[in-house]
Amino acid sequence: MDASIAGILMLDGVTNGAVYGLLALALVLVFAVTRVIFIPQGEFVAYGALSLAMLQFGKVPGTLWLMAVLALVAALLDAVDALRRGLPATTLARNAARTLIAPAIVVALTVWAAPQKFPLLVQSALAVAIVTLLGPLVYRLAYQRLADATVLVLLIVSVGVHFALTGLGLVFFGAEGFRNPSFWDQRFTLGPLALTGQTVIIFAVSIALILGLFLFFERTLRGKALRATAVNRLGARLMGISTIGAGKLSFGLAAFMGALSGLLIGPTTTVFYDSGFLIGLKGFVAAIFGGLASYPAAALGALMVGVLESFSSFYASAFKEVIVFTLIIPVLLWRSFQHGHDDEEE
Amino acid sequence: MKASIRLALALAAACAAAAAQADITIGVSIPLTGPTSALGIPSKNGIALWPTSIAGEKLNVIILDDATDPTVAVKNTRRFITEDKVDLIVGSAATPLAAAMSDVAAEGQTVQLMLSPVNLPPGKGAWSFRMPQSTAVMAIPIVEQWKKLGVKTYGFLGYSDAYGEAWLSDIQPLAEKAGIKLIATERFARPDTSVTGQALKLVAANPDAILIVASGSGAAMPHKGLVERGYPKGKLYQTHGAATMDLIRVGGADVEGSFVSSGPAVVAEKLPAGNASKALGMKYKEEFEKAYGKGSANQFGAHAFDVVIVLNKAVPMALAKAKPGTPQFRAALKEAFETMGRTPVSQGVLNWTATDHFGYTPETGVLLKVVNGDWQVVP
Repeated sequence: MDASIAGILMLDGVTNGAVYGLLALALVLVFAVTRVIFIPQGEFVAYGALSLAMLQFGKVPGTLWLMAVLALVAALLDAVDALRRGLPATTLARNAARTLIAPAIVVALTVWAAPQKFPLLVQSALAVAIVTLLGPLVYRLAYQRLADATVLVLLIVSVGVHFALTGLGLVFFGAEGFRNPSFWDQRFTLGPLALTGQTVIIFAVSIALILGLFLFFERTLRGKALRATAVNRLGARLMGISTIGAGKLSFGLAAFMGALSGLLIGPTTTVFYDSGFLIGLKGFVAAIFGGLASYPAAALGALMVGVLESFSSFYASAFKEVIVFTLIIPVLLWRSFQHGHDDEEE
Repeated sequence: MKASIRLALALAAACAAAAAQADITIGVSIPLTGPTSALGIPSKNGIALWPTSIAGEKLNVIILDDATDPTVAVKNTRRFITEDKVDLIVGSAATPLAAAMSDVAAEGQTVQLMLSPVNLPPGKGAWSFRMPQSTAVMAIPIVEQWKKLGVKTYGFLGYSDAYGEAWLSDIQPLAEKAGIKLIATERFARPDTSVTGQALKLVAANPDAILIVASGSGAAMPHKGLVERGYPKGKLYQTHGAATMDLIRVGGADVEGSFVSSGPAVVAEKLPAGNASKALGMKYKEEFEKAYGKGSANQFGAHAFDVVIVLNKAVPMALAKAKPGTPQFRAALKEAFETMGRTPVSQGVLNWTATDHFGYTPETGVLLKVVNGDWQVVP
């Protein structure tokens, strides 16, 4: 191995690490706010990339109808709840409107825009919108009623949601994979390194998103409300913060980051309906670095996972996955020596 | 979804079984969901085009989803044998599942037509016949081309699973005999997002040719990865698992000029007139594309099509000895398969014997080249 090969491997690792980083941040966010270990995070990646691929063919992606159906079911459940509690009809209508208005707009826009084959950026925005709306709906339907259940119950629900979303992905997109066109075809050479425009975009978007999240948590009321919920659910509720709202918001953010990751990796690899799972798992390994609590540690972990993966694919490609996932054992050991057992649940 | 399909099929099977006892019953277990559904779904599409009767006997087909899970595949097989009393088992399209089913089929003394090229240890699989070509047969056209071009060394970039291993172990002796040396072996998995590390190592070793072993659209990513690292497209070789339009669709300009080893069915109209599979392959393509649209024909549908061809030849031979639904008929069917001799099918020329249940003759494989986004047969 010489410096140029090491450089290329490093670049490849950091590029993949940036995507894992986004997923790790989303996992930490969701876990901190709702205590859900969100296994289906990877599905949002595949959904994002494949929805865009469908739009590229001028077809309406199946995810759109999934989103519409989930929104209708959610509105129906809300209405039943409201009726049972004897709330007035105006509240009922207002709730339904709040649940349905964004999905209705996106459905109308997509159905109108899909056959027109708009430029790539417009289609990407649509794909992200569809998948982002799925996030809060998944929370509403799968987790909201169980918000106070144990972490284990929530984890089991996550496994169920993962299987459901993967199966639906097969129905929507078929078994074959797709590769999206590159957002930016420019190539740069930096000594022995060849940078593609897509790599630059991956870095730029990841950094922008991390900065954006930082500002959101530090500067906005909603961001602070999320942090408060993460620190102490009961306390936050006593202060008038809606934990349900916080849950939906965190799932929305997670879905948004997942979809965006999907768009980022879509042009660099072939994405299958079930590709998301493995990518999401690597994000999970990274999130473990931060003990599912620390954002900077998770981001750092993601870079490490990416670089380790890239170097192990060079040295021992047959054992690449083994090496990456074995990493979790020393990390867990180190964490348990570091912190003892004080962070036991409940 | 799976449960409802199964229920519906079970009901249909129950009705069918009640209607007629002496019909020929075929149990099909294929992956309609799970990671290998890309192989199972086109197989099912091919099976949907099967005739309603063979040699004058009504045909009952029971299709079950094995969900790419060996446990389910084995359970399905047991059900076929004990409850449905099938005369023939077809499946699975996934290699590890078909291998798991073969033990049960042998135990139940029922012929299994595998839709995947399974290598079984000697003494196993006495009742199992393969519809797809063995990797050893498909490696022949590639090695022949290497001999012609004077290739001295080659590299290997393949799936880290049974398909990759089968190719690695089958092409090595052939290449060695021709004096071609394997100088770099790298592996990857289908969901991987990049092969940069493997590509760097292979390109640094600079072999005269590189064989990529992957399937469907999953074969495009490593191909593009190697081209990106500056390896010439014209020295890249793909296997029959990649011989679908998906490779060209996803690979685009990067697969242009590369070679693919393939069964004859998918390129039937481009074969020379003397090829034994030309007419059958064209018939398959016409039927399949009429039902599922232009460009939909693939090797998995072709294997399903070929099942009917071998049955048309073997069932009359077995009927002469016994009635369907009896153990004697199943034994007669096995014997018929082993003794029916050279049988041209859309995917090559079969010649099953008591000792060879792969049976494809060496002339079966065709080498294709990607030219202008389409296949061209390399003479």
